[in-house]
Amino acid sequence: MDDDAEIVAEFLVESHENLDQLDRDLVELERTPDSRELLSSIFRTIHTIKGTSGFLAFNRLEVLTHVGENLLSRLRDGKMTMTTATTGALLSMVDTVRALLEAIEHGTGDADPAVDVESVVAMLERVLAGEAEAAAEPVVAETAAETGAETGAEAVEELAEELVEELVEELAVPVVAEPAAPVVEVAEQVAEHGQPVPLSEEVALVASAAPPQPVEPQPVVQQAAPAVEPPAPAVPAPVAAAAEPVLDTEPEEGRRGVVDSSVRVDVDLLDGLVQLVGELVLTRNQILQRTESADDVELVRASQRLDLVASELQESVMRTRMQPIGQVWSKMPRIVRDLALQLGREVDLDMQGHETELDRSLLEALKGPLTHLVRNSLDHGIEPPAARVAQGKPATGKLSLRAYHESGQVVVEITDDGKGIDPARIGDVAVSRGVVSREQLARMEPRAVLDLIFRPGFSTAETVTNVSGRGVGMDVVRTSIERIGGSVDMTSTVGAGTMMRIRIPLTLAIIPALVVGQGRERYAIPQANLVELVRLEGQDLRDNVETLAGAPVLRLRGRLLPLVSLSEALGGAKAAPEGLTIVVVQADEVRFGLCVEEVHDTQEIVVKPIGRQLKAIPTYAGATIMGDGRVALILDVAGIARDRVIGAAHAAEAEVAVGTVDARALLVLEVSQGRRAALPLTAVSRLEEFDLARIERSGGAEVVQYRDGILPLVRLAPAIGLAESPPTEDQISVVVHEDGTHGVGIVIDRVRDVVEEQVVPTEVGKRNGVLGSAVVQDRVTDLVDLDAVVRPVLAGVR
Amino acid sequence: MTATLTSPGAPTSAMTGQMCTFWVDGLYFGLQVEHVQEVLRYQQLTVVPCAPDAVHGLINLRGQIVTALDLRCRLGLPPRPEGELPMNVIVRSRGEVVSLLVDDIGDVIDTTDVPLQPTPANLPPTVQDVVGGVLPLPGSILLVVDAERAVDVSSPDTTGGTP
Repeated sequence: MDDDAEIVAEFLVESHENLDQLDRDLVELERTPDSRELLSSIFRTIHTIKGTSGFLAFNRLEVLTHVGENLLSRLRDGKMTMTTATTGALLSMVDTVRALLEAIEHGTGDADPAVDVESVVAMLERVLAGEAEAAAEPVVAETAAETGAETGAEAVEELAEELVEELVEELAVPVVAEPAAPVVEVAEQVAEHGQPVPLSEEVALVASAAPPQPVEPQPVVQQAAPAVEPPAPAVPAPVAAAAEPVLDTEPEEGRRGVVDSSVRVDVDLLDGLVQLVGELVLTRNQILQRTESADDVELVRASQRLDLVASELQESVMRTRMQPIGQVWSKMPRIVRDLALQLGREVDLDMQGHETELDRSLLEALKGPLTHLVRNSLDHGIEPPAARVAQGKPATGKLSLRAYHESGQVVVEITDDGKGIDPARIGDVAVSRGVVSREQLARMEPRAVLDLIFRPGFSTAETVTNVSGRGVGMDVVRTSIERIGGSVDMTSTVGAGTMMRIRIPLTLAIIPALVVGQGRERYAIPQANLVELVRLEGQDLRDNVETLAGAPVLRLRGRLLPLVSLSEALGGAKAAPEGLTIVVVQADEVRFGLCVEEVHDTQEIVVKPIGRQLKAIPTYAGATIMGDGRVALILDVAGIARDRVIGAAHAAEAEVAVGTVDARALLVLEVSQGRRAALPLTAVSRLEEFDLARIERSGGAEVVQYRDGILPLVRLAPAIGLAESPPTEDQISVVVHEDGTHGVGIVIDRVRDVVEEQVVPTEVGKRNGVLGSAVVQDRVTDLVDLDAVVRPVLAGVR
Repeated sequence: MTATLTSPGAPTSAMTGQMCTFWVDGLYFGLQVEHVQEVLRYQQLTVVPCAPDAVHGLINLRGQIVTALDLRCRLGLPPRPEGELPMNVIVRSRGEVVSLLVDDIGDVIDTTDVPLQPTPANLPPTVQDVVGGVLPLPGSILLVVDAERAVDVSSPDTTGGTP
């Protein structure tokens, strides 16, 4: 219950403040009844209270706020207009909510019979029903009966009177009816007015309805919203308790603690603090540098103390922005419960790691995606009880939410033990929705197939329910998580369940980054984009880096990695250094090597925005201030990739085939003016470029001198029955194939890409030198019969 | 007032009053003090490759990163001679802080009584683009800079950089 107490305390603090705001908003609203903005704000506040009260099982509070919310949503949607009666009803709702909160704070819970909820609910209902006088009587009778059943006649009368007094005082609305006016009279008045009933009358109605008849409590709310649980069963309470002043705002001594123990701070102020502390840390760094060599012992001691204090201060300030994920999770039990009811599922919700903290801005951004994933789990994952039993699973499904810190990131896992995701079905749906073609699908690995659910316009729900299945789901989830620098991945076992794993950085304000040097400036590369560092010199450099049609690529453990020179990306000159320092980076699906001049170190950097004059440049994500006070730009790896036009290198699949050359991997080439051909990557030893001048003749064949030997050349285009492209450059691109001791250079136009996709060869285009054609990267590609192409040449050599 | 002008730099009454003055390439400029946050000596700059030409770099203004625009470049005037360090006029514009690099800083003068006149039409267009009007003072002519336009480097004629 300790956890609960904490949550309740949080809820109280939040709600008290919200209610103060509400009061102001409501009064303001009366003056400007058309303000959608105000209405939306009020709606949100009430909605928040309602949501939390549902979770905390404050049922009466929930019932009350629910009706209020209904009314507000109608107002907001313009289906009703604001009148004095509406405002009155809403204000009395706010007052009652406040009374309930006080009761909760004082430990009596929201079932405290001293707080009259039902009459206010009835009042709201009436306003909602559209002020028809015919409706007035039954509702009142019903409510009165209900109230009576709960609290007893005297209490109601007393409460109503007090309520009226209080409200009249607060609203300064002229009292039209006597508090004890008989029902009929009031009804008549309503009829006479033929318009919204002023608030005081509403309350009077309730008062006049006493003494009531004890009848079965009839939940009024249920008709309005079937999804909401009926009001809590009446709790018999001593009349003495009920006679206590209801709207007494004087707190009991020593009970108000929760509200006072925390202070709400404007986030802008916090951001300002974060910035100042960042500045302080930089200044400290400068002072530390200077004092290192100082002789003054006192100065050294003082600077050490400064160092310590500054570090602690930084940590504390950062912590102020952190909030436990429990805030988001507090909404989940309710969501799960409602959905389970709606969908006819039985679900056990298990949540771990409430206390896991992350930056509040991230927490906000996480709410939507998390809710969506939970909904998905219930709608698509966990089966109906009957189906579960039929499969030998317990009827009640398990949904577990787990949050924890892992290497500077927050990991959130959503696991269900439902039916899992069947790649075959995903594939079928993807094809039928036109997300991928049948051929593309055939080439995809099961994992990649599962990833299809993140594509836009994809949804596997057979019927579109109002829970999910509108096909705007997972891609939005992924996009919103990626927007905050996170990632989503999924593992699923058919029949056993699905796990979605979200990773998000702890904070956006401070990130670890690698600082590199280029020219006279330093640049920061976010650690999140960093894969590895590679340094190549001498022979290694010559062996592993090749230039294909002007584009440098690195052979890295059997894969070709496109290289981008940072100098060139920054508009500088192309450098031809002795050694290459390559920072392998990854952004989205693209992985490439960034050649930099120097690598400094990794640092925690404070991300700062850059001016709008620079916003349009894709290369930068922001700027930061280094220890020496100078500004360094933060590189936007994804932006550079886009800018330097590096297509998606299918890095996702590369993960699977770490370190080994996939037997199916293909080197995609361009021959004969844009025609595509593909060679198995295993057959490729090296990629070379030769000056045309180096081509010599040996007999009828073209050869080049290569590595102390003679390399016979074969022009690929004529070998596979295509026309040779006219030479456009003074160099030729050559794929070197080595067969034992003999090598052959296959002359091509240029290398396009390396793909590790399953290709489906077709008989189409089968001819001498070509095994057939296949669709590779959406292009018809000739699969080269390597043996047929090189055999004549090798035969000549042997 | 000469509010009948239709040129984009039409002067308004809001362009007179207390003026912070400075020199760029021998020209005498003024900027309303309301727009000026502070004036700083030369600050170390971090160069921004690929940025528009007028963007000279970034400076660290007490932890805030501020874009420094070279007013000579913005005005289409010849570049500053080698070895001469510019001064920073820190300007607030649309919630952002931008530094204008100028040659030298003058005094703050009161020009309330001087009527603002339209920018002479024969001034280079790059200067007209930035200047909102002139104040003929005794002994000198003050070119009144429109802060909003000065910090806007999006117009194609001022972005010569390769993006």
